[in-house]
Amino acid sequence: MNWNWDHVDEFMPLFWDGLELTLKALLFGSLIAFSLGLVWAVAQRSAKKWIRWPVTVVTEFIRNTPLLVQLFFLFYVVPEWGPSMSPLTTGIVGLGLHYSTYTSEVYRAGIEGVPAGQWEAATALSLSKRRTWTSVILPQAVRRVIPALGNYVIVMLKESPQMAAIGALDMLGQAQNYSQTTFTFEAISVVGVAFIVIAYPASLLLRVLERRLVR
Amino acid sequence: MSSEFFGNWFLPGIWITVQVTFLSAALAFVIAFPIGVLRTSRLWIVRFLAGAYFEIFRSTSSLVFMFWIAFTVPPLFNISFQPMFAGVLALGITYGAYASEIVRGALAAVPPAQREAGIALNFTPTQRLRRIELPQAWPEMIPPFNNLLIELLKGTSLVSLIAVADMTFAGDLLRLVKNESAPIYTLLLALYFVFAFILTRGMRLLERHAKKRVGQTPEKTSLLGGLRAKSSIDVVSGTGGAK
Repeated sequence: MNWNWDHVDEFMPLFWDGLELTLKALLFGSLIAFSLGLVWAVAQRSAKKWIRWPVTVVTEFIRNTPLLVQLFFLFYVVPEWGPSMSPLTTGIVGLGLHYSTYTSEVYRAGIEGVPAGQWEAATALSLSKRRTWTSVILPQAVRRVIPALGNYVIVMLKESPQMAAIGALDMLGQAQNYSQTTFTFEAISVVGVAFIVIAYPASLLLRVLERRLVR
Repeated sequence: MSSEFFGNWFLPGIWITVQVTFLSAALAFVIAFPIGVLRTSRLWIVRFLAGAYFEIFRSTSSLVFMFWIAFTVPPLFNISFQPMFAGVLALGITYGAYASEIVRGALAAVPPAQREAGIALNFTPTQRLRRIELPQAWPEMIPPFNNLLIELLKGTSLVSLIAVADMTFAGDLLRLVKNESAPIYTLLLALYFVFAFILTRGMRLLERHAKKRVGQTPEKTSLLGGLRAKSSIDVVSGTGGAK
């Protein structure tokens, strides 16, 4: 054992910078995942085949390929055709897009959980399609799925270090940089512990939330 | 893409991806059963320790854990090993934790009367587990295992970051050498998708076989349906996403 606490002290300022970037990516990534996921879920229930099919194919493709390769794709291929994005932006878009396909399944389950009588009631009241979705179905569906969505925020937190591979200085990116320039190894342990310290209480909190919202 | 490069890097890369997937899946499987069973133990200390293993690895990032094994463990304990060993170990331990939760859940879903029937027949706990509980729990485990296997397959791309020459690594290398990225990453994504598809279809066959043996009716499958989470309940309860 040749652990040196001085390296930990030296790394801490960089760690806080990394944490800030991780949390930023998590916040904006989840916003994209939550809103885009809902779009996928509603589109997949569309009566029109030409909407349903492409959405199914695209979401299945994204869900069944690795986030890491998608990040590489967004970072190296997309700029050839259009805008080039910073590593952080690429990370946010990648995380959001990837996990939107997961949250869409969550929404789908939530929507299917709304009793069929609610759809019939909306038809009986001759509500428009838009009113049916916004005033009857979605308010009931979204409440049930909040804990499951929260679960995916934790998943996204754990997958966010993959951003480091395209040069985003998140917690892992900072640790990697520090370790490589100083030839030390303590920084990665600090980051590993940080994940447990953040993710475990968060999942306990979610359990409480789940008990409150889903009876 | 030059054929020379393809033969020298890409094909071996595909083979390494396959190897890493199966080795870490095997390790995860070997870990998951005892841990899953121990989590249903009557002794609280056993339950607590097995549960702690699950909670710890559910709360860490598999990539950070992989880096930790690859770059921190060797200097800390003065040992050395191949990057591929570190990758398989990290993936196996992490996904073993998720899989143990699946085993635990499926065992808990076996009706209590079945266990009592085993006691009435004077079966030992081991006999009960082997002859009554596991055979009934097994078909329930396959669909979530399938999801987990897809997650694991995608997770193997992470080993490229600790310098294991899997197909993602080969792709990255080609980008640097040829300064070309669009065809290579498109091919990579397509390859992962095809692998995921093959795995899913394979697991579907296994599921049908298992359900027939226990006398449950297998469900109908559609072409894309194979890749989808089996039931919406899995997703809402948070076990479907496996993590």
